[in-house]
Amino acid sequence: MLLITCPWCGPRPEIEFAARGEAHVARAAPDADGEAIAAALYLRSNTRGLLAERWRHVYGCGRYFNAVRHTVTDKFVATWRVGESRPDLGGEGTR
Amino acid sequence: MHFSFLSLLRNAFSAHRDWPEQWRSPEPKPAYDVVIVGGGGHGLAAAYYLAAEFGIRDVAVVEKGWIGGGNTGRNTTIVRSNYLLEESEALYDHALKLWENLSQVLNYNVMFSPRGVMMLAHTTHDVQSFKRHYHANRLAGIDTEWLTPEEARDWCPGLNIAKDIRYPIVGATLQKRGGVARHDAVAWGYARAASALGVDIIQNCEVTGVRRGADGAVIGLDTSGGTIAAKKVGVSVAGHSSQVMDMAGVRLPIESFPLQALVSEPLKPIVSCVVMSNTIHAYISQSDKGDLVIGAGTDQYVSYSQTGGMQITAHTLDAICELFPVLRRARMMRNWGGIVDTTADRSPILGTTPVPGLYVNCGWGTGGFKATPGAGHLLAATIARGEPHPIAAPFSLDRFARGRLIDEAAAAAVAH
Repeated sequence: MLLITCPWCGPRPEIEFAARGEAHVARAAPDADGEAIAAALYLRSNTRGLLAERWRHVYGCGRYFNAVRHTVTDKFVATWRVGESRPDLGGEGTR
Repeated sequence: MHFSFLSLLRNAFSAHRDWPEQWRSPEPKPAYDVVIVGGGGHGLAAAYYLAAEFGIRDVAVVEKGWIGGGNTGRNTTIVRSNYLLEESEALYDHALKLWENLSQVLNYNVMFSPRGVMMLAHTTHDVQSFKRHYHANRLAGIDTEWLTPEEARDWCPGLNIAKDIRYPIVGATLQKRGGVARHDAVAWGYARAASALGVDIIQNCEVTGVRRGADGAVIGLDTSGGTIAAKKVGVSVAGHSSQVMDMAGVRLPIESFPLQALVSEPLKPIVSCVVMSNTIHAYISQSDKGDLVIGAGTDQYVSYSQTGGMQITAHTLDAICELFPVLRRARMMRNWGGIVDTTADRSPILGTTPVPGLYVNCGWGTGGFKATPGAGHLLAATIARGEPHPIAAPFSLDRFARGRLIDEAAAAAVAH
Protein backbone atom coordinates (compact mmCIF):
# COMPACT_ATOMS: atom_id res chain seq x y z
CA MET A 1 0.00 0.00 0.00
CA LEU A 2 1.30 3.42 -0.92
CA LEU A 3 1.86 6.21 1.60
CA ILE A 4 0.48 9.36 0.03
CA THR A 5 1.02 12.87 1.34
CA CYS A 6 -2.19 14.87 1.08
CA PRO A 7 -1.20 18.56 0.81
CA TRP A 8 -3.82 19.36 3.47
CA CYS A 9 -3.79 16.34 5.78
CA GLY A 10 -0.24 14.97 5.53
CA PRO A 11 0.85 11.37 4.95
CA ARG A 12 -2.05 8.90 4.87
CA PRO A 13 -2.51 5.31 3.61
CA GLU A 14 -3.54 4.76 0.01
CA ILE A 15 -6.97 3.33 0.88
CA GLU A 16 -8.10 6.85 1.85
CA PHE A 17 -7.46 8.07 -1.70
CA ALA A 18 -8.98 7.70 -5.14
CA ALA A 19 -6.74 7.98 -8.20
CA ARG A 20 -8.37 10.32 -10.69
CA GLY A 21 -6.09 9.73 -13.65
CA GLU A 22 -3.73 11.75 -15.74
CA ALA A 23 -3.63 15.49 -15.09
CA HIS A 24 -3.69 18.32 -17.62
CA VAL A 25 -5.99 16.57 -20.10
CA ALA A 26 -7.77 19.40 -21.89
CA ARG A 27 -11.44 19.01 -22.73
CA ALA A 28 -12.40 19.07 -26.39
CA ALA A 29 -14.10 22.21 -27.67
CA PRO A 30 -17.90 21.99 -28.03
CA ASP A 31 -17.61 22.03 -31.84
CA ALA A 32 -14.66 19.61 -32.00
CA ASP A 33 -14.77 16.62 -34.38
CA GLY A 34 -14.83 12.96 -33.37
CA GLU A 35 -11.07 12.59 -33.43
CA ALA A 36 -10.56 15.47 -30.99
CA ILE A 37 -13.33 14.30 -28.67
CA ALA A 38 -11.96 10.74 -28.68
CA ALA A 39 -8.48 12.09 -27.96
CA ALA A 40 -9.70 14.04 -24.94
CA LEU A 41 -11.84 11.18 -23.67
CA TYR A 42 -9.64 8.19 -24.31
CA LEU A 43 -6.06 8.90 -25.41
CA ARG A 44 -3.64 8.90 -22.47
CA SER A 45 0.13 9.21 -22.35
CA ASN A 46 0.33 6.12 -20.08
CA THR A 47 3.88 7.23 -19.28
CA ARG A 48 6.52 4.82 -18.05
CA GLY A 49 8.37 7.26 -15.78
CA LEU A 50 7.21 10.45 -14.11
CA LEU A 51 3.49 10.99 -14.58
CA ALA A 52 1.43 14.03 -13.54
CA GLU A 53 -1.82 12.88 -11.95
CA ARG A 54 -4.84 14.06 -10.03
CA TRP A 55 -5.74 12.30 -6.79
CA ARG A 56 -8.62 12.87 -4.39
CA HIS A 57 -8.44 12.35 -0.63
CA VAL A 58 -11.90 10.88 -0.79
CA TYR A 59 -12.02 9.35 2.72
CA GLY A 60 -10.27 12.33 4.31
CA CYS A 61 -10.66 15.98 3.46
CA GLY A 62 -12.37 15.08 0.18
CA ARG A 63 -10.26 17.48 -1.83
CA TYR A 64 -8.49 17.05 -5.15
CA PHE A 65 -4.76 17.65 -5.42
CA ASN A 66 -1.96 17.32 -7.95
CA ALA A 67 0.78 14.75 -7.81
CA VAL A 68 3.81 13.58 -9.74
CA ARG A 69 4.52 9.88 -9.34
CA HIS A 70 7.05 7.55 -10.93
CA THR A 71 5.09 4.73 -12.58
CA VAL A 72 7.86 2.13 -12.28
CA THR A 73 8.68 2.63 -8.58
CA ASP A 74 5.22 4.06 -7.65
CA LYS A 75 7.11 6.66 -5.59
CA PHE A 76 5.40 10.03 -5.21
CA VAL A 77 7.90 12.74 -6.18
CA ALA A 78 5.65 15.62 -5.16
CA THR A 79 2.09 16.49 -4.22
CA TRP A 80 0.67 20.01 -4.18
CA ARG A 81 -2.62 21.85 -3.81
CA VAL A 82 -4.80 22.75 -6.76
CA GLY A 83 -4.01 26.32 -7.80
CA GLU A 84 -0.44 26.28 -6.52
CA SER A 85 2.36 26.03 -9.02
CA ARG A 86 4.20 22.78 -9.39
CA PRO A 87 7.24 22.41 -7.10
CA ASP A 88 10.64 22.47 -8.80
CA LEU A 89 11.46 18.84 -9.55
CA GLY A 90 15.07 19.50 -10.50
CA GLY A 91 14.45 19.72 -14.22
CA GLU A 92 12.67 16.38 -14.40
CA GLY A 93 9.81 16.97 -16.80
CA THR A 94 6.64 15.07 -17.41
CA ARG A 95 4.41 14.84 -20.38
CA MET B 1 10.61 -34.21 -33.22
CA HIS B 2 7.09 -35.54 -32.90
CA PHE B 3 5.65 -36.31 -29.47
CA SER B 4 4.01 -39.70 -29.33
CA PHE B 5 3.70 -42.62 -26.98
CA LEU B 6 6.64 -44.28 -28.75
CA SER B 7 8.90 -41.22 -28.50
CA LEU B 8 8.06 -40.86 -24.80
CA LEU B 9 8.84 -44.54 -24.25
CA ARG B 10 12.12 -44.33 -26.18
CA ASN B 11 13.26 -41.32 -24.16
CA ALA B 12 12.20 -42.92 -20.90
CA PHE B 13 15.01 -45.45 -21.43
CA SER B 14 17.54 -42.60 -21.45
CA ALA B 15 15.92 -40.93 -18.41
CA HIS B 16 14.59 -38.12 -20.65
CA ARG B 17 18.08 -36.62 -21.00
CA ASP B 18 18.19 -36.70 -24.80
CA TRP B 19 15.23 -34.56 -25.79
CA PRO B 20 16.38 -31.96 -28.33
CA GLU B 21 15.68 -28.26 -27.81
CA GLN B 22 12.09 -27.50 -28.71
CA TRP B 23 12.69 -24.39 -30.80
CA ARG B 24 15.67 -22.86 -32.55
CA SER B 25 17.38 -19.72 -31.19
CA PRO B 26 18.90 -18.17 -34.33
CA GLU B 27 20.64 -14.84 -34.78
CA PRO B 28 18.25 -12.36 -36.39
CA LYS B 29 18.44 -12.10 -40.18
CA PRO B 30 18.78 -8.58 -41.67
CA ALA B 31 15.25 -8.67 -43.10
CA TYR B 32 11.94 -10.48 -42.75
CA ASP B 33 8.55 -10.30 -44.44
CA VAL B 34 6.84 -9.99 -41.06
CA VAL B 35 8.22 -9.24 -37.60
CA ILE B 36 6.02 -9.81 -34.56
CA VAL B 37 7.01 -7.72 -31.54
CA GLY B 38 6.28 -9.60 -28.33
CA GLY B 39 6.90 -13.27 -27.66
CA GLY B 40 3.93 -13.97 -25.44
CA GLY B 41 1.17 -16.41 -26.29
CA HIS B 42 -0.57 -13.95 -28.61
CA GLY B 43 2.57 -13.03 -30.58
CA LEU B 44 3.81 -16.61 -30.90
CA ALA B 45 0.34 -17.76 -31.96
CA ALA B 46 0.27 -15.04 -34.63
CA ALA B 47 3.64 -16.19 -35.95
CA TYR B 48 2.49 -19.80 -35.97
CA TYR B 49 -0.73 -19.07 -37.87
CA LEU B 50 1.11 -16.83 -40.35
CA ALA B 51 3.36 -19.78 -41.20
CA ALA B 52 0.84 -22.60 -40.86
CA GLU B 53 -2.30 -21.11 -42.35
CA PHE B 54 -1.29 -18.11 -44.43
CA GLY B 55 1.94 -19.44 -45.97
CA ILE B 56 4.13 -16.58 -44.71
CA ARG B 57 7.19 -18.29 -43.27
CA ASP B 58 9.75 -15.50 -43.40
CA VAL B 59 8.69 -14.39 -39.94
CA ALA B 60 10.52 -13.40 -36.75
CA VAL B 61 9.24 -12.96 -33.21
CA VAL B 62 11.33 -10.52 -31.17
CA GLU B 63 10.97 -10.67 -27.42
CA LYS B 64 12.50 -8.32 -24.84
CA GLY B 65 12.90 -11.02 -22.18
CA TRP B 66 12.09 -14.70 -22.58
CA ILE B 67 9.02 -16.09 -24.33
CA GLY B 68 5.93 -16.36 -22.20
CA GLY B 69 7.61 -14.37 -19.43
CA GLY B 70 5.14 -11.50 -19.30
CA ASN B 71 1.41 -11.75 -18.81
CA THR B 72 1.32 -15.19 -20.47
CA GLY B 73 3.16 -16.52 -17.43
CA ARG B 74 1.34 -14.36 -14.90
CA ASN B 75 -2.36 -14.90 -15.48
CA THR B 76 -4.84 -17.27 -13.83
CA THR B 77 -5.29 -19.34 -17.06
CA ILE B 78 -9.07 -19.10 -17.25
CA VAL B 79 -10.65 -19.85 -20.63
CA ARG B 80 -14.31 -19.00 -21.34
CA SER B 81 -16.44 -17.31 -23.99
CA ASN B 82 -19.66 -16.32 -22.17
CA TYR B 83 -19.43 -12.62 -23.03
CA LEU B 84 -22.44 -10.36 -23.45
CA LEU B 85 -22.15 -8.56 -26.80
CA GLU B 86 -22.29 -10.21 -30.21
CA GLU B 87 -18.89 -8.93 -31.28
CA SER B 88 -17.25 -10.30 -28.13
CA GLU B 89 -19.12 -13.58 -28.29
CA ALA B 90 -17.81 -14.15 -31.82
CA LEU B 91 -14.27 -13.18 -30.80
CA TYR B 92 -13.97 -15.27 -27.66
CA ASP B 93 -15.85 -18.28 -29.04
CA HIS B 94 -13.50 -18.24 -32.05
CA ALA B 95 -10.67 -18.60 -29.55
CA LEU B 96 -12.46 -21.28 -27.50
CA LYS B 97 -13.01 -23.41 -30.60
CA LEU B 98 -9.28 -23.23 -31.33
CA TRP B 99 -8.48 -24.17 -27.70
CA GLU B 100 -10.53 -27.34 -27.98
CA ASN B 101 -8.10 -29.20 -30.25
CA LEU B 102 -4.99 -27.05 -29.74
CA SER B 103 -2.93 -29.84 -28.16
CA GLN B 104 -3.53 -32.07 -31.20
CA VAL B 105 -2.86 -29.29 -33.71
CA LEU B 106 0.41 -28.28 -32.05
CA ASN B 107 1.39 -31.82 -31.03
CA TYR B 108 2.10 -30.29 -27.62
CA ASN B 109 0.03 -30.84 -24.51
CA VAL B 110 -1.32 -27.44 -23.50
CA MET B 111 -3.40 -29.20 -20.83
CA PHE B 112 -6.63 -27.51 -21.85
CA SER B 113 -9.11 -28.71 -19.29
CA PRO B 114 -12.74 -27.73 -19.93
CA ARG B 115 -13.81 -28.29 -16.35
CA GLY B 116 -16.48 -25.58 -16.35
CA VAL B 117 -16.44 -21.90 -15.39
CA MET B 118 -19.01 -20.94 -12.76
CA MET B 119 -19.83 -17.29 -12.13
CA LEU B 120 -21.60 -16.55 -8.86
CA ALA B 121 -24.49 -14.14 -8.37
CA HIS B 122 -24.85 -12.58 -4.93
CA THR B 123 -27.50 -9.89 -5.34
CA THR B 124 -30.73 -9.24 -7.18
CA HIS B 125 -28.82 -7.04 -9.58
CA ASP B 126 -26.35 -9.87 -10.24
CA VAL B 127 -29.23 -12.25 -10.98
CA GLN B 128 -30.78 -9.83 -13.46
CA SER B 129 -27.53 -9.08 -15.26
CA PHE B 130 -26.36 -12.70 -15.30
CA LYS B 131 -29.70 -13.84 -16.71
CA ARG B 132 -29.28 -11.26 -19.43
CA HIS B 133 -25.88 -12.76 -20.19
CA TYR B 134 -27.32 -16.25 -20.02
CA HIS B 135 -30.01 -15.47 -22.59
CA ALA B 136 -27.61 -13.53 -24.83
CA ASN B 137 -25.25 -16.50 -24.84
CA ARG B 138 -28.05 -18.95 -25.64
CA LEU B 139 -29.12 -16.80 -28.58
CA ALA B 140 -25.53 -16.79 -29.83
CA GLY B 141 -25.22 -20.56 -29.52
CA ILE B 142 -22.73 -20.39 -26.66
CA ASP B 143 -23.31 -23.05 -24.03
CA THR B 144 -24.48 -21.72 -20.69
CA GLU B 145 -26.58 -22.93 -17.80
CA TRP B 146 -28.33 -21.27 -14.90
CA LEU B 147 -27.82 -22.93 -11.51
CA THR B 148 -29.61 -22.58 -8.20
CA PRO B 149 -27.34 -22.27 -5.14
CA GLU B 150 -27.85 -25.98 -4.39
CA GLU B 151 -26.97 -26.94 -7.97
CA ALA B 152 -23.89 -24.71 -7.77
CA ARG B 153 -22.77 -26.45 -4.58
CA ASP B 154 -23.38 -29.86 -6.16
CA TRP B 155 -21.25 -28.85 -9.16
CA CYS B 156 -18.50 -27.49 -6.94
CA PRO B 157 -18.54 -29.18 -3.52
CA GLY B 158 -17.14 -27.06 -0.72
CA LEU B 159 -18.90 -23.92 -1.87
CA ASN B 160 -20.57 -22.13 1.02
CA ILE B 161 -24.22 -21.49 0.15
CA ALA B 162 -25.28 -20.41 3.64
CA LYS B 163 -27.88 -17.64 3.66
CA ASP B 164 -26.34 -15.69 6.54
CA ILE B 165 -22.98 -14.71 5.07
CA ARG B 166 -22.20 -11.18 3.96
CA TYR B 167 -22.75 -11.96 0.25
CA PRO B 168 -24.86 -15.13 0.05
CA ILE B 169 -24.87 -17.05 -3.23
CA VAL B 170 -28.28 -16.69 -4.87
CA GLY B 171 -27.52 -18.31 -8.22
CA ALA B 172 -24.78 -18.95 -10.75
CA THR B 173 -24.10 -19.32 -14.45
CA LEU B 174 -22.02 -22.20 -15.72
CA GLN B 175 -20.17 -22.55 -19.00
CA LYS B 176 -19.11 -26.18 -19.18
CA ARG B 177 -16.89 -25.68 -22.24
CA GLY B 178 -14.80 -23.18 -20.27
CA GLY B 179 -11.92 -24.16 -18.06
CA VAL B 180 -8.20 -23.69 -17.71
CA ALA B 181 -5.03 -24.42 -19.69
CA ARG B 182 -1.35 -24.58 -18.86
CA HIS B 183 -0.06 -21.08 -19.61
CA ASP B 184 3.63 -21.88 -20.18
CA ALA B 185 2.79 -24.83 -22.41
CA VAL B 186 0.74 -22.55 -24.65
CA ALA B 187 3.74 -20.29 -25.28
CA TRP B 188 6.13 -23.21 -25.64
CA GLY B 189 3.78 -25.18 -27.87
CA TYR B 190 3.26 -22.27 -30.27
CA ALA B 191 7.00 -21.48 -30.24
CA ARG B 192 7.91 -25.07 -31.03
CA ALA B 193 5.35 -25.40 -33.81
CA ALA B 194 6.23 -22.00 -35.30
CA SER B 195 9.96 -22.68 -35.17
CA ALA B 196 9.45 -25.99 -36.97
CA LEU B 197 7.77 -24.06 -39.80
CA GLY B 198 10.73 -21.67 -40.12
CA VAL B 199 9.79 -18.83 -37.79
CA ASP B 200 12.80 -17.29 -36.02
CA ILE B 201 12.21 -16.75 -32.30
CA ILE B 202 14.64 -14.13 -31.02
CA GLN B 203 14.69 -13.73 -27.25
CA ASN B 204 16.46 -11.05 -25.19
CA CYS B 205 16.03 -8.61 -28.06
CA GLU B 206 14.33 -5.35 -27.12
CA VAL B 207 12.76 -3.10 -29.73
CA THR B 208 14.10 0.44 -29.34
CA GLY B 209 12.65 2.13 -32.40
CA VAL B 210 10.27 1.72 -35.33
CA ARG B 211 11.71 2.74 -38.72
CA ARG B 212 9.38 4.35 -41.23
CA GLY B 213 10.00 5.15 -44.89
CA ALA B 214 9.38 8.37 -46.79
CA ASP B 215 5.71 7.45 -47.33
CA GLY B 216 5.26 6.82 -43.60
CA ALA B 217 5.05 3.05 -43.93
CA VAL B 218 6.96 0.74 -41.63
CA ILE B 219 10.27 -0.48 -43.05
CA GLY B 220 11.89 -2.06 -40.01
CA LEU B 221 12.78 -2.05 -36.35
CA ASP B 222 15.74 -0.90 -34.31
CA THR B 223 16.48 -3.48 -31.66
CA SER B 224 19.11 -4.21 -29.06
CA GLY B 225 20.28 -6.91 -31.51
CA GLY B 226 20.65 -4.48 -34.44
CA THR B 227 18.36 -3.20 -37.15
CA ILE B 228 15.87 -5.64 -38.64
CA ALA B 229 14.09 -4.69 -41.87
CA ALA B 230 10.46 -5.75 -42.15
CA LYS B 231 7.68 -5.32 -44.70
CA LYS B 232 5.04 -5.66 -42.00
CA VAL B 233 5.20 -5.41 -38.21
CA GLY B 234 2.68 -6.76 -35.71
CA VAL B 235 2.83 -5.37 -32.18
CA SER B 236 1.51 -7.65 -29.44
CA VAL B 237 3.16 -6.50 -26.22
CA ALA B 238 0.30 -6.11 -23.70
CA GLY B 239 1.34 -3.83 -20.83
CA HIS B 240 3.91 -1.86 -22.83
CA SER B 241 1.78 -1.30 -25.93
CA SER B 242 1.76 2.47 -25.35
CA GLN B 243 5.57 2.61 -25.32
CA VAL B 244 6.12 0.50 -28.45
CA MET B 245 3.38 2.21 -30.46
CA ASP B 246 4.71 5.59 -29.35
CA MET B 247 7.94 4.72 -31.23
CA ALA B 248 5.81 4.66 -34.39
CA GLY B 249 4.03 7.88 -33.45
CA VAL B 250 0.71 6.20 -32.62
CA ARG B 251 -1.02 7.14 -29.36
CA LEU B 252 -3.32 4.51 -27.87
CA PRO B 253 -6.48 4.80 -25.76
CA ILE B 254 -4.88 2.57 -23.16
CA GLU B 255 -3.84 2.77 -19.54
CA SER B 256 -1.66 0.10 -17.90
CA PHE B 257 -2.44 -1.18 -14.41
CA PRO B 258 -0.94 -3.87 -12.18
CA LEU B 259 -3.09 -6.97 -11.78
CA GLN B 260 -2.21 -9.50 -9.12
CA ALA B 261 -2.56 -13.23 -8.67
CA LEU B 262 -1.38 -15.70 -6.08
CA VAL B 263 -1.06 -19.43 -5.53
CA SER B 264 -1.34 -21.56 -2.42
CA GLU B 265 0.67 -24.55 -1.34
CA PRO B 266 -0.33 -27.70 -3.27
CA LEU B 267 -3.44 -29.38 -1.85
CA LYS B 268 -5.39 -32.54 -2.64
CA PRO B 269 -8.07 -31.98 -5.33
CA ILE B 270 -10.81 -29.85 -3.81
CA VAL B 271 -11.94 -27.10 -6.21
CA SER B 272 -13.33 -29.00 -9.18
CA CYS B 273 -14.05 -26.12 -11.56
CA VAL B 274 -13.25 -22.45 -12.03
CA VAL B 275 -15.26 -20.28 -9.62
CA MET B 276 -15.54 -16.55 -10.30
CA SER B 277 -17.32 -13.90 -8.32
CA ASN B 278 -17.44 -10.45 -9.84
CA THR B 279 -19.29 -8.89 -6.92
CA ILE B 280 -16.86 -9.85 -4.19
CA HIS B 281 -13.83 -9.90 -6.49
CA ALA B 282 -12.41 -13.37 -6.44
CA TYR B 283 -11.57 -16.12 -8.84
CA ILE B 284 -10.23 -19.50 -7.91
CA SER B 285 -9.28 -22.72 -9.62
CA GLN B 286 -6.92 -25.54 -8.82
CA SER B 287 -3.97 -26.51 -10.97
CA ASP B 288 -3.16 -30.12 -11.74
CA LYS B 289 -0.23 -29.78 -9.35
CA GLY B 290 -2.72 -28.93 -6.59
CA ASP B 291 -2.01 -25.23 -6.10
CA LEU B 292 -5.04 -23.03 -5.69
CA VAL B 293 -4.70 -20.34 -8.35
CA ILE B 294 -6.36 -17.14 -7.17
CA GLY B 295 -6.92 -13.99 -9.18
CA ALA B 296 -7.06 -10.63 -7.39
CA GLY B 297 -7.82 -7.13 -8.61
CA THR B 298 -6.04 -4.26 -10.29
CA ASP B 299 -4.57 -1.27 -8.55
CA GLN B 300 -6.26 2.04 -9.21
CA TYR B 301 -3.28 3.85 -10.71
CA VAL B 302 -1.10 3.51 -13.83
CA SER B 303 1.99 1.51 -12.97
CA TYR B 304 4.67 -0.66 -14.56
CA SER B 305 5.94 -2.03 -11.26
CA GLN B 306 4.73 -5.64 -11.83
CA THR B 307 3.64 -5.63 -8.22
CA GLY B 308 0.58 -4.33 -6.44
CA GLY B 309 -0.89 -3.28 -3.14
CA MET B 310 -1.24 -5.91 -0.42
CA GLN B 311 -4.72 -4.63 0.43
CA ILE B 312 -5.89 -5.84 -3.01
CA THR B 313 -4.88 -9.46 -2.38
CA ALA B 314 -6.11 -9.34 1.23
CA HIS B 315 -9.53 -8.25 -0.05
CA THR B 316 -9.64 -11.18 -2.48
CA LEU B 317 -8.57 -13.70 0.17
CA ASP B 318 -11.36 -12.44 2.46
CA ALA B 319 -13.81 -13.25 -0.32
CA ILE B 320 -12.26 -16.69 -0.99
CA CYS B 321 -12.47 -17.57 2.70
CA GLU B 322 -16.15 -16.68 2.74
CA LEU B 323 -16.91 -18.72 -0.40
CA PHE B 324 -14.79 -21.70 0.70
CA PRO B 325 -14.49 -21.72 4.50
CA VAL B 326 -12.61 -25.02 4.17
CA LEU B 327 -9.67 -23.12 2.66
CA ARG B 328 -9.17 -20.74 5.58
CA ARG B 329 -6.06 -22.54 6.82
CA ALA B 330 -4.43 -22.85 3.38
CA ARG B 331 -1.13 -21.01 3.13
CA MET B 332 -0.22 -18.86 0.17
CA MET B 333 3.07 -19.60 -1.57
CA ARG B 334 3.61 -16.81 -4.07
CA ASN B 335 2.05 -13.57 -5.13
CA TRP B 336 2.93 -11.54 -8.21
CA GLY B 337 1.69 -8.84 -10.54
CA GLY B 338 1.44 -8.35 -14.28
CA ILE B 339 0.84 -5.13 -16.18
CA VAL B 340 -2.46 -5.15 -18.06
CA ASP B 341 -3.33 -2.74 -20.87
CA THR B 342 -6.92 -1.65 -20.42
CA THR B 343 -9.17 0.28 -22.79
CA ALA B 344 -12.12 2.46 -21.83
CA ASP B 345 -14.67 -0.08 -23.12
CA ARG B 346 -12.81 -3.15 -21.75
CA SER B 347 -12.59 -4.63 -25.24
CA PRO B 348 -9.33 -5.25 -27.10
CA ILE B 349 -7.88 -3.38 -30.05
CA LEU B 350 -6.98 -5.66 -32.94
CA GLY B 351 -6.27 -4.55 -36.47
CA THR B 352 -4.67 -1.96 -38.66
CA THR B 353 -3.20 1.36 -37.50
CA PRO B 354 -2.78 4.77 -39.20
CA VAL B 355 0.78 3.65 -40.07
CA PRO B 356 0.85 1.45 -43.21
CA GLY B 357 2.35 -1.96 -42.51
CA LEU B 358 1.91 -1.65 -38.75
CA TYR B 359 -0.65 -3.86 -37.04
CA VAL B 360 -1.60 -3.91 -33.40
CA ASN B 361 -3.07 -6.41 -30.96
CA CYS B 362 -3.49 -4.89 -27.51
CA GLY B 363 -5.97 -3.70 -24.93
CA TRP B 364 -6.91 -7.17 -23.72
CA GLY B 365 -6.80 -5.82 -20.20
CA THR B 366 -7.41 -8.38 -17.52
CA GLY B 367 -8.66 -11.14 -19.84
CA GLY B 368 -6.21 -11.84 -22.65
CA PHE B 369 -5.13 -15.40 -21.92
CA LYS B 370 -8.44 -16.97 -22.91
CA ALA B 371 -8.16 -15.32 -26.31
CA THR B 372 -4.60 -16.49 -27.06
CA PRO B 373 -5.30 -18.77 -30.05
CA GLY B 374 -8.03 -16.53 -31.43
CA ALA B 375 -6.08 -13.29 -31.06
CA GLY B 376 -3.05 -14.87 -32.71
CA HIS B 377 -5.13 -16.25 -35.54
CA LEU B 378 -6.95 -12.97 -36.18
CA LEU B 379 -3.75 -10.92 -36.00
CA ALA B 380 -2.12 -13.31 -38.48
CA ALA B 381 -5.12 -13.08 -40.81
CA THR B 382 -5.12 -9.29 -40.57
CA ILE B 383 -1.40 -9.05 -41.30
CA ALA B 384 -1.56 -11.56 -44.16
CA ARG B 385 -4.49 -9.85 -45.90
CA GLY B 386 -3.65 -6.28 -44.96
CA GLU B 387 -7.21 -5.71 -43.81
CA PRO B 388 -9.06 -6.70 -40.64
CA HIS B 389 -10.48 -10.19 -40.34
CA PRO B 390 -14.31 -9.94 -40.13
CA ILE B 391 -14.33 -11.11 -36.49
CA ALA B 392 -11.65 -8.55 -35.59
CA ALA B 393 -13.14 -5.68 -37.63
CA PRO B 394 -15.37 -4.28 -34.82
CA PHE B 395 -12.31 -4.10 -32.54
CA SER B 396 -10.52 -1.53 -34.70
CA LEU B 397 -8.44 1.29 -33.26
CA ASP B 398 -10.67 3.90 -34.90
CA ARG B 399 -13.82 2.75 -33.06
CA PHE B 400 -13.13 5.31 -30.34
CA ALA B 401 -13.32 8.26 -32.73
CA ARG B 402 -16.38 6.77 -34.46
CA GLY B 403 -18.14 6.22 -31.16
CA ARG B 404 -18.59 2.49 -31.88
CA LEU B 405 -17.38 1.30 -28.49
CA ILE B 406 -17.93 -2.33 -27.48
CA ASP B 407 -18.85 -1.77 -23.87
CA GLU B 408 -18.24 -5.26 -22.61
CA ALA B 409 -19.82 -5.69 -19.20
CA ALA B 410 -18.81 -9.34 -19.09
CA ALA B 411 -15.11 -8.61 -19.13
CA ALA B 412 -13.30 -9.71 -16.01
CA ALA B 413 -14.72 -8.05 -12.93
CA VAL B 414 -11.34 -6.69 -12.00
CA ALA B 415 -11.49 -4.44 -15.04
CA HIS B 416 -14.37 -2.38 -13.69
